[in-house]
Amino acid sequence: MNPRRQKRLVAVTAFVLLLGGAIGAMLYALQQNIDLFYTPSQLIDGIGDKKVKPEVGQRLRIGGMVVKGSVRRAPDSLKVSFDLVDTGPIVTVEYEGILPDLFREGQGIVAQGVLVDKTTILASEVLAKHDEEYMPPEVAEAMKGIKHVPPSQLYKESDKGQQP
Amino acid sequence: MIAEYGQLALTFAFCISLALAVVPLYGSFKGNQIALELGNPLAYALFFLTAFSFWALSYAFWANDFTVVYVASNSNSLLPWYYRLTAVWGGHEGSMLLWLLVLAGWTAAVALFSRSLPLQFQGRILGVMGLIAVGFYAFVLFMSNPFMLSLPYFPVDGRDLNPLLQDFGMIIHPPMLYMGYVGFAVSFAFAIAALMGGKFDSTWARWARPWTLAAWMFLTMGIMLGSWWAYAELGWGGWWFWDPVENASFMPWLVGTALIHSLAVTEKRGTFKSWTVLLAIGAFSLSLLGAFLVRSGVLVSVHSFAADPDRGLYLLAFLLLVVGGSLLLYAIRMNSVRSQARYELFSREVLLWGNNIFLLTATLVVLLGTLFPLVHKELGLGSISIGEPFFNQLFYYLVIPFSLLLGLGPWVRWKQQQVQPLLKPMSLIAIATLILALGTMAATQSIQANLALLGLLLGAWVGSSAIFELLQRLQQFGSIKQGLTKLNASHFGMTLAHIGFAVLVVGVAMTKTYSVETQVRMKAGDQVELAGYQFKLVEVYDLKGPNYNGEAAELDVSYQGDYVTHLHAEKRFYTVQRSVMTEAAVHARLSRDLYVALGESLSEDSWALSLYVKPFVRWIWLGGLLMSLGGLIALCDKRYRRRTASVEQKDTADA
Repeated sequence: MNPRRQKRLVAVTAFVLLLGGAIGAMLYALQQNIDLFYTPSQLIDGIGDKKVKPEVGQRLRIGGMVVKGSVRRAPDSLKVSFDLVDTGPIVTVEYEGILPDLFREGQGIVAQGVLVDKTTILASEVLAKHDEEYMPPEVAEAMKGIKHVPPSQLYKESDKGQQP
Repeated sequence: MIAEYGQLALTFAFCISLALAVVPLYGSFKGNQIALELGNPLAYALFFLTAFSFWALSYAFWANDFTVVYVASNSNSLLPWYYRLTAVWGGHEGSMLLWLLVLAGWTAAVALFSRSLPLQFQGRILGVMGLIAVGFYAFVLFMSNPFMLSLPYFPVDGRDLNPLLQDFGMIIHPPMLYMGYVGFAVSFAFAIAALMGGKFDSTWARWARPWTLAAWMFLTMGIMLGSWWAYAELGWGGWWFWDPVENASFMPWLVGTALIHSLAVTEKRGTFKSWTVLLAIGAFSLSLLGAFLVRSGVLVSVHSFAADPDRGLYLLAFLLLVVGGSLLLYAIRMNSVRSQARYELFSREVLLWGNNIFLLTATLVVLLGTLFPLVHKELGLGSISIGEPFFNQLFYYLVIPFSLLLGLGPWVRWKQQQVQPLLKPMSLIAIATLILALGTMAATQSIQANLALLGLLLGAWVGSSAIFELLQRLQQFGSIKQGLTKLNASHFGMTLAHIGFAVLVVGVAMTKTYSVETQVRMKAGDQVELAGYQFKLVEVYDLKGPNYNGEAAELDVSYQGDYVTHLHAEKRFYTVQRSVMTEAAVHARLSRDLYVALGESLSEDSWALSLYVKPFVRWIWLGGLLMSLGGLIALCDKRYRRRTASVEQKDTADA
């Protein structure tokens, strides 16, 4: 091998190794940081055909409408808990801290946290969009069936959504 | 009435853009002198018509003309006049018009400042700008027209501007950002024009460099302002959220940074030619991808505009056309290009290649983190989100080798560098780095924090290397004094930008490590201690503004008994939009920020408050500012204004 080729080989090998390492690290980090999104009914009934349910201790995101009258505050700290609902089942979110400006009863929010028991989430972050009418798209999908629905099925889907 | 004239001007501008896309290109391929010379007047006409159209929309806002749908949905008669004017780009349609104005501005600037280029080449650049313009003008005119009227039933008053956008940062953030995004269209046009001609020499890179630098400078500024705005306005005390839309602006910046460095190699050494072209195409494509992500409604974020699938589809088709077309041209033309220059393994070329690899890997990380949730959802695998730690972790690993290279890079010669002569300066820098970093740690009395120490080491390494290198370079002119007048501006610019990066790294690491925050329940008279500062809530009272009402909290802050400052935090309720906004109180110093946000009222007399002490957070924006200042200084380099040999003498005289 002449020196020029040798150099080229070194460069190419270095490149491949770097790229491989980078992609490996990326995929690993990605796997560690994916948070699945659930609506309250998905949390209780499971997602998809296989009815996959989250395990206690898992990190996840939950989105739903805050049940009216369910917000309970601790008298002397910033601890607060409230219930979320979409099409039926209710789950409880516990949080300590300041709720976002647009947090309202009856409005859609998204919470990020850990599942502490089957229907309770300990939230580390509560998000509400800067929009009065806001409903997380996944919740809107679950409640109103407004997305990815062919017109022929529209009636069935929305009927299902309005049952509760 | 004025609005109709604006619409008319916009329609004319669209026709001009069609002409601009066809005439100079036709001239360049047929050798038709007249067609080529028409390029400049067409570019100027495009700019003046668009400027008039923009003025017309601004006037409609100024005069509270609520017959215009866009004005009615983004303004209100109670809005102060300066926010009425900035509300022009507060929504989708108006911000697209601003985009057009910026695009036309860049096109006119190309026409004005590149008269010295060969006419054929200039015609091709203008032609490519024209092609891009056709795409955007058609989009605005047919899919997001800001001049739509609601006659005869128009509203009495408008729906008001989103309160989030009623802020000084918002006045300049979008224009800067668009200057950057659209500026990469110029680099793109240069690359495509060069591909059409099939001639790649270093002159091409020299012509493209100042434009790329200018675009990069604006984008840096825009991103920095956006970060500052988010910090001041969102009330979360954060400065970067890895929000998909932030990512959309960050990706072109990363590729643009790689492009600047790669252009340097192409200009100085005549290699990396095809790579540079690819980066120019990439930077602009990512700008377009950003536009698609923000405006199609596929993302939900603070930034995203109202969802409209048709617009998204149009932008996606446009993006694919641009990427596909330019890559096809690239594939056809690039075969014949060969780089002649030779270089050894330890040379500046290879180090800059390393710079590009790291920047592109970073781009890949951001791209993956931004698009993965979208793909995941569209495949029907369920909704997911990717947590901040993903980005933080990977950037943590990327920034270490990147900074090490950055400290070494400017010292290494083109072609080949012997290791021996570098040993002395490098060990000096290493010693300076250790002294600086450990000295700072000792001064702040906290040795155990890994991230902060790492950030200080990297920052000190890059910073001291940049300064020593500048001093050494200046001395080569005889004395430092002489060097100051003789060394070219781009070298000063580079040094400053690298120092800016060092400052940024230190800022990020220190803020990440030492920031403390607490959320507390307070009554008037209560006192809370945080990081040695005593925050005392003096009172909370009602507030009345022009288009909002709310509450304000007054706090006194003292440090170990000494009075530091008075803070005034507000919580506003904007009556028309029916939304609540937090106006945080910030007391800023170079070494730390005190930050207070007023939360909700918990009972009759107690309030929730967020208190933050954020050391070195200013350094983040200071670093960004220095980087973009470095870009500005590099732009002033005389080299970019020197005329090429083929130009007539007359041109030099009136320059």
